[in-house]
Amino acid sequence: MAKGIMYINGQRVPFDGEPNVLAVIRKAGIEMPTFCYYSDLSVYGACRMCVVEDERGKIDTSCSMQPRDGLSIKTNSARLLKHRRMILELMLASHNCNCTICEKSGDCHLQELALQFGVRNVRFEDNREVLPFDDSSPAVVRDPSKCILCGDCVRVCEETIGMGVIDFAKRGYNMQVTPAFGRTLSQTNCISCGQCSAVCPTGAITVYNQIGAAWRAIHDTSKRVVVQIAPAVRVAVGEAFGLPSGKNMLDQMVTALKLMGVDEVYDTTFGADLTTIQEAEEFKARLAAGGPFPMFTSCCPAWIKYLENENPKYLKNVSSCKSPMEMFGALLKEKYQAKDAEDGRTTYHIAIMPCTAKKMEAARPEFATDGVPDVDLVLTTQEIIDMIKESGIQLPQMELESPDTPFGFGSGSGVIFGTTGGVAEAVARYCLPDKTKNTLRKLELSPLRGEESIREATLDVGGTEIRIAVVHGLINAQNLIKRIEAGEVNYHLIEVMTCPTGCVGGAGQPIGRRDKKLERAAGLYTTDKTAIFKRAEFNPVMDDALAGYSEEQLHHMLHVNYVKE
Amino acid sequence: MANGISMERVEAIIDSYGAQRSNLIAIMQDIQAEYKYLSPQVLEKIAEKLNIGVAKVYSVATFYENFSLEAKGKYIIKVCDGTACHVRKSQPIYNAIREHLKLEGKQKTSADGLFTLETVSCLGACGLAPVVTINDQVHSKMTPEAMVALLEQIEKEEADNA
Repeated sequence: MAKGIMYINGQRVPFDGEPNVLAVIRKAGIEMPTFCYYSDLSVYGACRMCVVEDERGKIDTSCSMQPRDGLSIKTNSARLLKHRRMILELMLASHNCNCTICEKSGDCHLQELALQFGVRNVRFEDNREVLPFDDSSPAVVRDPSKCILCGDCVRVCEETIGMGVIDFAKRGYNMQVTPAFGRTLSQTNCISCGQCSAVCPTGAITVYNQIGAAWRAIHDTSKRVVVQIAPAVRVAVGEAFGLPSGKNMLDQMVTALKLMGVDEVYDTTFGADLTTIQEAEEFKARLAAGGPFPMFTSCCPAWIKYLENENPKYLKNVSSCKSPMEMFGALLKEKYQAKDAEDGRTTYHIAIMPCTAKKMEAARPEFATDGVPDVDLVLTTQEIIDMIKESGIQLPQMELESPDTPFGFGSGSGVIFGTTGGVAEAVARYCLPDKTKNTLRKLELSPLRGEESIREATLDVGGTEIRIAVVHGLINAQNLIKRIEAGEVNYHLIEVMTCPTGCVGGAGQPIGRRDKKLERAAGLYTTDKTAIFKRAEFNPVMDDALAGYSEEQLHHMLHVNYVKE
Repeated sequence: MANGISMERVEAIIDSYGAQRSNLIAIMQDIQAEYKYLSPQVLEKIAEKLNIGVAKVYSVATFYENFSLEAKGKYIIKVCDGTACHVRKSQPIYNAIREHLKLEGKQKTSADGLFTLETVSCLGACGLAPVVTINDQVHSKMTPEAMVALLEQIEKEEADNA
């Protein structure tokens, strides 16, 4: 990697291995404006906001410039400022500026930079053809009138997720981002992961907003609103209230939700414990039966959708377990039937998730009983933040309150479900016969934890050597399958999470760069450290919750078959 | 067989390029040379064989003016609208054709599927302006009247052959 000294605005700045000049400038404490630059994605150089001027007055984009020794650049010359303002003005000219009522208002990068650069007047008219609004997807909404053609969504869909559902079409003034043939998202193989909305700097792709439905249910006295909160939500929700990423705000959230009018608040980690036990038992049964291997985890609905759409032959390899959210929903609705009959109210179940694909999962016919979904509504972390703010509630000032019993209790291994490697580690804790701290320590230091996109570990379970792989970022899973097909590698268990860094990096979370997501993951591991019970099978409420059901009833509630005959 | 396009033939063309992504444009050109346009089924087949997203194939196909995603007529009429032809009144010829073929809005192909009307920026025959080509046969120094007569003649021939 290149090493040397650069001069930024006359100041000496050393560089050591930074991939581009933009990264060096940011390291020097100057925040360069960008729309199309993400360190995880390929360099595109389209938005031209990060332009710099060299000694000869040549202007070029710093994101696509290699740092070299002796390079001298200016970041804020009069010409550059003029160019940036002009670029912003032109972007705004072909942008639907109904900002105050936009879903993204307050969180919009275009709005932020227009403010920062003092663009107060747009001299040009918007003559573009009005393209259709697309709200066909259960997860995201596309509004092409707000697209600035930065291509972030196109690249994340292709490079990180490996789907390539949307791309540019046409050219010049008529250019647009669209699925092929101008189709709607529901007519494509879109898996609802929502990462396109997570990188969109404007309101062109936003998460499908269901706040209205949530408020209606909360204010309906005939409904008992019962909430479950996913692990990854608690370590991200504080970011919107000025708290550091990774701070566990579960107990404050319980108080806030009760103040807002929610009747009961539970913890999805209970569902995660159910999943761990069911999945580990299934895994042991497969070990005894000799396959089919690899067994894939089934918690991630976008991953399931990918297999259904593009690789159905592997559906038989997927664990038959429902996701923690759906296990929880099925058990809750079953348990509350008696309660509903008693007081005449209907239980309305809201799941707060870091994920947009969960909205799609909740609407699947497999997860409904007599036409009523087990999870009535999924809200993302960002949606619950908006609702808390709308209520005027200052989350950091809330008193602490534990989730309700009995389903408000989960083990430490349930909490780590929210990060890449967590599901595999929970299953490993269950399967390993040694129940002492030594096992936990060993797993903590194993490759099951970490941020590399594909990690593998070998564990000794009762004399059998089992190989586990952990993969996040769906394209990495696709590549891993190719390597398995080529006979290069094989595993017994593979944990797949579609979003990079796992659920903490889900598209329903507040927008943030990768380091924030890793801090959230660290927050989950800290919660696990301080948990009284660290293993799903030691969850003290588990036996009670499952008592009285036959084997068959339990299987019906907790398992699902995705394979189409 | 969809719209007269043989998918076996399409696959053969893709395979003749070793199903290489880098040959995407050449593959599309060859298929278009054969069938005059690229149908959605063709683009989906290309995406599948080249293992890229169909949105990417659509992206490339719509970037180049040369690729057509709509079925074309038996006779492709190109009216030159380069500078020389334009000043020598190619526009009235274009309008006369549209009127004769009853083309409306963005419609380019006549309802009977016989003619497709296009404009080109220059045919390189400015001395013969205004120029019109029908299936690559050049007709020089055209007028709206001569154009309509030509169309009527083709229509008559087609009717006789039918």
